[in-house]
Amino acid sequence: MILFCHHMVQPFTNSITPEPAASGSQPLLEFDQVGLEYPFEGAIRRIIQEMNLSIQPGEFISFVGPSGCGKTSVLRMVSGLNPAPIGEIRCRGQRISQPLKNVGMAFQNPVMLPWRNTLNNVLLPLEIVQPYKNNFRQKKAEFIHMAQDLLSTVRLQDFQKQYPWQLSGGMRQRASLCRALIHQPEILLLDEPFGALDAFTREEMWVMLQALWMRVKCVSILITHDLREAVFLSDKVYVMSSRPSSIIYETQIDLPRPRTLEMELSDEFHHYFSTIRRHIQH
Amino acid sequence: MEKFLKSKAAGFVLPFVATILLFVVWELIVLIFKIPPFNLPAPSKIFQAMVNFGPQLTVNTLRTLWTTLIGFILAVGVGVVLGFLIGYSKVAYLTLYPLLVAFNTIPKAAIVPLLAIWFGANAIPATLTAFLLAFFPIAVNVALGLDTVEPEMKDVLRSLGASQIETFQKVGWPHSLPYIFASLKIAASFAFIGAVISESIASNAGLGYLIVQATSSFDIPLAFAALLVLALMGVTLYGFFVFVEKKVIYWAR
Repeated sequence: MILFCHHMVQPFTNSITPEPAASGSQPLLEFDQVGLEYPFEGAIRRIIQEMNLSIQPGEFISFVGPSGCGKTSVLRMVSGLNPAPIGEIRCRGQRISQPLKNVGMAFQNPVMLPWRNTLNNVLLPLEIVQPYKNNFRQKKAEFIHMAQDLLSTVRLQDFQKQYPWQLSGGMRQRASLCRALIHQPEILLLDEPFGALDAFTREEMWVMLQALWMRVKCVSILITHDLREAVFLSDKVYVMSSRPSSIIYETQIDLPRPRTLEMELSDEFHHYFSTIRRHIQH
Repeated sequence: MEKFLKSKAAGFVLPFVATILLFVVWELIVLIFKIPPFNLPAPSKIFQAMVNFGPQLTVNTLRTLWTTLIGFILAVGVGVVLGFLIGYSKVAYLTLYPLLVAFNTIPKAAIVPLLAIWFGANAIPATLTAFLLAFFPIAVNVALGLDTVEPEMKDVLRSLGASQIETFQKVGWPHSLPYIFASLKIAASFAFIGAVISESIASNAGLGYLIVQATSSFDIPLAFAALLVLALMGVTLYGFFVFVEKKVIYWAR
């Protein structure tokens, strides 16, 4: 608990930059010859093959690639909801064979519980995940404060009492990001979270997601179609080929944080964007 | 007009006016075409029968009411439990669902004589028939409610390490509530139908019994009076669930 609060009140400054792979530090996630097959019309189809990569603590990475290349499957394998059938993914050296307990998830569809207001939707994980669950009653005031803190980071402080149907799509997605992060997950999995939003809202969301992420600094894996989104948010972008897909290109994004929407217009940003674009096959 | 339709009163006033109109038209038709009361009694005759046979009607109404309600409550209990089993367990779904569907296709009127042999011509067959007719829609709707939880929501809960009970408590139950209420409204009228069918085949009391007795002695106004009471009870129970639904499912617009 104390640890959490320490994180939460961490001043929001420019000095927080990701520390890529400090020498000797163990990666949080490792992909070791990961593959995925699917039986289809009598034949076995390879969807993913020989994926090897490692993700350092606090890293924000993105997977981009043509549609149908199995990006969502990658997330499901990492979360352990569908463990990798070929090869293995390890979390802190441990093979992921069942759903991980400490992940946060957000999807394109910002599923919220319609009978709970925004605040109570964000509080949901704390009612389920240990150690919060055990002292939910005693520490409720504190937890509410944590939720309000996150909500104000995404400028939803005035919408705590609103029900999901009273919120816009972008607001719901922001609330669902808060829900994904409130229990301080080690890993945040984002499956095209802004895919259904209009371009302006989406850019606004990047800034807010970055702000949220810079407060909690967990490993984040983003699946996206939007290359600008990948460049804006990530420390590292992985490009996947079409089926059977593997990683065909990876690049480190060395833009300073917090990144701003103005940076999108810089040559550096454009350089990253166009190099990645060149590697996407159709 | 627009404003009136949006007001709460419209929901009461319009059906009330429609009923009055129906009775007036009915009365006029009977008068104009001189239809004898044992074919179609005029509403005035029906109301008169209601007054004349007041005590008899009350006794039988109460009988039908409590047999129906007990059958209905049983149906809610069994239906909800069955629905949860079918909704959450693949094994239960595969085993029970075909059996339930098969059972539901059996006409319940055909079972009543059996029930009467087993339990006698009393309130038990009526209660059981009400139960048998009402539990199926409840079970199906509860299962449907659990089944329609968004897959993303299920993933969120699984990745938080929620137990089956927690998943049910936090998401499954509230999510199925609208489905449950939809089914309760249907099941309430089914329960009345079940009880009355049973009473008219094998019973010693109840509105179904009264209708059969009245028609066999050509007291058609009394039979209609009983039907009217039945319709009133059905509407009242329906209205009760609509009222409770609005209180419980506060999040629906």
